[in-house]
Amino acid sequence: MRTNQVAEITLTINGERGSFSVPVRRNLVDFLRHDVGLTGSHVGCEAGICGACNVRVDGAVVRGCLMFAVQANGRAVDTIEGITASGEAAELQQAFIERNALQCGYCTPGMLMTGLELVNSGRVVSRDEIREELSGNFCRCTGYHAIVDAIEHVVERSRK
Amino acid sequence: MKAADFEYRCPGTIDEVCELLHSRGSDARVLAGGQSLVPAMNLRLSSAELLIDINRVQELEGISLSDDEAYVRVGALARHAQVAESKLIAQHVPLVHEAMRYVAHPAIRNRGTCCGSLALADPSAEMPACAVTLNATLVLQSKSDGIRKVPAREFFFGLYDTARRDDELLIEVLWPCRKSHSRAGFNELSRRHGDFALVGIAAQCQIDNGRIKDLALVTFGTGPTPRLSAQAATVAEGRRPTPQLAQELATITADELDPDEVAEIEIKRHQTDALARRMLTKMFQEPGDAN
Repeated sequence: MRTNQVAEITLTINGERGSFSVPVRRNLVDFLRHDVGLTGSHVGCEAGICGACNVRVDGAVVRGCLMFAVQANGRAVDTIEGITASGEAAELQQAFIERNALQCGYCTPGMLMTGLELVNSGRVVSRDEIREELSGNFCRCTGYHAIVDAIEHVVERSRK
Repeated sequence: MKAADFEYRCPGTIDEVCELLHSRGSDARVLAGGQSLVPAMNLRLSSAELLIDINRVQELEGISLSDDEAYVRVGALARHAQVAESKLIAQHVPLVHEAMRYVAHPAIRNRGTCCGSLALADPSAEMPACAVTLNATLVLQSKSDGIRKVPAREFFFGLYDTARRDDELLIEVLWPCRKSHSRAGFNELSRRHGDFALVGIAAQCQIDNGRIKDLALVTFGTGPTPRLSAQAATVAEGRRPTPQLAQELATITADELDPDEVAEIEIKRHQTDALARRMLTKMFQEPGDAN
């Protein structure tokens, strides 16, 4: 069955409001990449497992492949481009660079999204808890040690 | 892959949702958090002619304590993350609070809903097991029958199969508040934190004057639906909560697994036995409350 239904949506992306026509079956991350041109959020498994497509919707980190763009109508979406430009992720990004917490970089935007949510929560967390928090983000090259190191560093600093 | 094409509707009230389900229920799927439905659609394991997005129905939001303090209501749009952080749940429904630690990953918990998990009835999911343990009440609504309340122990029929009819919407779940002297325990084995359970155990009982009363012991991930052990309840009634009894009950639940329902039955029995013994021993040893 093909309906080819298209919806008109208005949303705020990285602080900027815009209106778009989207096919209702287009997922949020494809919309961001193809319709808006924000290619920082990556597409991995398209089944909610790998976390490469993590973006924020109304302040909460979600899987970009498990939401349809039409569902973001009226919402505020933040991508890696937004949190980079605003400087919100700067400290965490620097910590990733200093510790070589990325190799190919494919998972990194999602890792930063998840890591930043943890940092912003202000929770006191152990290394084990950081690992638990990252359990929904796959890295296929470095392993997770340096990533945990980087997040731990920023979590500790932001607590002081 | 991407989801196959569908028609999308986004009603603003329960009545509008029920109207759509009434006229087109058999072709429709309800979209709440979408953290199970959308992967299934993307993988083309599932499809919908009509997708009814309930995320704008404000009546379905929220977590609240009933006036008589008998239950905590969790609306169909309450996300796992909200349930996990809810003080009402932590205080009045400790089993669910404990179980939330095992539910999925952060980004999934931010979207996925408690009621969605119940309505889907995945056999290795945590919320159906908790619902059966506590015999929570599932509240369904339809245009033809209005409100219909179903006890959790009569809700789960089989693999992804429940008492919910195609024209009904699961609007909320009512979790019974803990009674005084009650203990709850939850544990599961999974390959990666947050993944679906290979085997899980949920339990609640009261310990009154050092004696066990009303033990509900449930295994999940070991058959098509969460399995409540009637024999464990009978054996435990009136007994003292000792490590020996924990082992006895663990053996009972492990033996109850049905070889027709589970692959690798010997492994599952071993895992169930070990997990149940560990969990019950801990639950029995916890200091009693002052209530």
